[in-house]
Amino acid sequence: MENKYAIEANALSIYYGSFMAVNNVDMLIEAQKITAIIGPSGCGKSTLLRAFNRMNDFVPGCHVTGELLMQGKNLYSKDIDPVEVRRKIGMVFQKPNPFPKSIYENIAWGARINGFKGNMDELVEQSLLGAALWDEVKDKLQDSAYALSGGQQQRLCIARTIAIQPEIILMDEPASALDPISTLRIEELMQELKKNYTIIIVTHNMQQAARVSDYTAMMMLDKEGSRSGTVIEFSETKRIFTNPKDKRTEDYVTGRFG
Amino acid sequence: MSINSHYPQAEDFRHALNARYRAASIWQALFLSALLIAIISLLALIYNVLDGAFGFVAFDYKNDPAAYTSTPMSELTQKELAAILKDNLSSGAYNKLEKEQPLEKRSQAELYTLFLERLVELDTKNTWSMTESLLHENEIRAEVARKYPTAKLEFRSWLTPQFLVTPMSSKAEFAGVRTAILGSLWLVGIAILFALPIGTGAAIYLQEYAPKNFLTSIIQTNINNLSGVPSIVYGMLGLAVFVRVMEPLTSGSVFGVTDANGRTVLSAGLTMGILVLPLIIINAQEAIKAVPDSLRQAAYGVGATRWQTVWHHVLPNALPGILTGTILSISRALGETAPLIVVGASTFISMDPDSPFSKFTALPIQIYQWTTRAQSEFHAIAAGAIVVLLILLLTLNATAILLRNRFQRRW
Ligand SMILES: Nc1ncnc2c1ncn2[C@@H]1O[C@H](COP(=O)(O)OP(=O)(O)OP(=O)(O)O)[C@@H](O)[C@H]1O
Ligand SMILES: [Mg+2]
Repeated sequence: MENKYAIEANALSIYYGSFMAVNNVDMLIEAQKITAIIGPSGCGKSTLLRAFNRMNDFVPGCHVTGELLMQGKNLYSKDIDPVEVRRKIGMVFQKPNPFPKSIYENIAWGARINGFKGNMDELVEQSLLGAALWDEVKDKLQDSAYALSGGQQQRLCIARTIAIQPEIILMDEPASALDPISTLRIEELMQELKKNYTIIIVTHNMQQAARVSDYTAMMMLDKEGSRSGTVIEFSETKRIFTNPKDKRTEDYVTGRFG
Repeated sequence: MSINSHYPQAEDFRHALNARYRAASIWQALFLSALLIAIISLLALIYNVLDGAFGFVAFDYKNDPAAYTSTPMSELTQKELAAILKDNLSSGAYNKLEKEQPLEKRSQAELYTLFLERLVELDTKNTWSMTESLLHENEIRAEVARKYPTAKLEFRSWLTPQFLVTPMSSKAEFAGVRTAILGSLWLVGIAILFALPIGTGAAIYLQEYAPKNFLTSIIQTNINNLSGVPSIVYGMLGLAVFVRVMEPLTSGSVFGVTDANGRTVLSAGLTMGILVLPLIIINAQEAIKAVPDSLRQAAYGVGATRWQTVWHHVLPNALPGILTGTILSISRALGETAPLIVVGASTFISMDPDSPFSKFTALPIQIYQWTTRAQSEFHAIAAGAIVVLLILLLTLNATAILLRNRFQRRW
């Protein structure tokens, strides 16, 4: 069953205890496209992104209302195992967080625990090629991942994620700790990856959102004085950056905010 | 300009700065003296122990060695000694020795000890500390000549290889710490085997699984307080639970050990295990807490279960810290005396502990017992045993530290 949409949020609200961090989000995320989430600090971008693969389950007191559908199934229904969700929806974090193991093991571990039965060497090579890291590390696969530069570590984390062959990859400011050259490499990589994967990326970098994404979701605190964020505008990236409907979006993307 | 004007300028600034430097150097001097006091105390401790373990000893023979052999005592060979023992011991005593280990197979030192103990009957008159021996040699010689005209004076180390491998004896000159060392090793081994898995397991549950609620915070507070409970209380607990209630198990009678009671090395080891449990839990918890969350997220992010995350990432990274807790526990279990007295360590035993159900003694018990004796030679061997205890402590800790460093150095 080919579905145009990889994931679908219906009236999704996210709470930390009694505090509503994200209010009533509706989003249709198209498969094999890059969707960017932008917005000011504290408006709930990371919270929303982590809700997509149930990473928020580890925050005590965090719960959601509404629906998050993947191929028609609500990822938050009782009969869905969060481990299975995370296996299908991988995540790359803001700070590179490789395992304190060898480069090879960083990729092999996720595959092994998920019961991968194929040729591990091949998988490692394919994943590193896919993350545009192979040429730099092929001679030192047994070295510690910590010996890599920050940009290389982040690409290793991407390689580790694509090694388990998820359907969707979530990225939370994946380039914010990197220099412009490494950032560019990651962006090129995303263009490569979107041939096979659906990507959702949170970024503070307007140019980056404009450069890499097909769709953009603009998040903002829902009203004056409230601390709950919501998606105020969601459409094609071109439109968000050239002809936004909402005045607040226009102010934000042109840097005239506040 | 108006902002700056609230700060001291030029002259005033230098003045204030000098005052700051003065305050800093006073504190630095205080810290240095604190360090010096610590070092001096340590040196005093080491000196005090070694002072007792070496020194002059005045002794006499009840029976003249010349009655047994014409060879000077210092030149007796292993063969000669075996022959002398065979000729002069009662046949009952000789056969008993032969049964334990044939005399020809024993070392010269061992036979010489038997010769002194059984035949010439060494009789220690007095002992002196190392300091006394070095500073007042002439006075000591004069005193010995006056008080014990036939006695011989010798500078000896109470700490000999023989001391380590000889079991307990009622005569200080022939006593050793073999039984006590083995008892202590059994004790520490059982305590760690019991407390390390349980303590680590409890720490994992508390850190990774337990919900943060009122109940867990009560449990946490209790664990923290338990580590401060006086050890004698643990002794009472061990006596009630392991020695009495669980007697069939700890005495080994359910495993077919006959003629047994609960005062075994197993009971004592388990008591020590309970005693060090809070120490292990707290250290393991700290170590687990110190594993960065980003690492857990990385594991969950590739679809790991909680158990896989804990087993493959949290535990290996917490291992050095867990071993730190183990090191502290070893030191504690090796040195504690009070709980052992309560659960019934034997004060006189010369049989090696060879199973968890053995009667036992331990180094601190042995030391305590020797220091309470009136004769000065027992104080000397107590000092020797303390040196052994310290060395054993350092060896066990060094092993654990080496192990820890190996885990730390991996990445
Ligand atoms: N673990 C948590 N527990 C309680 N509240 C949280 C938690 N994480 C985030 N919040 C709150 O939720 C709101 C949204 O936070 P979130 O991290 O999603 O913002 P963000 O848009 O990603 O910000 P930034 O751009 O600075 O990363 C904030 O008010 C924050 O204080
Ligand atoms: Mg964020």
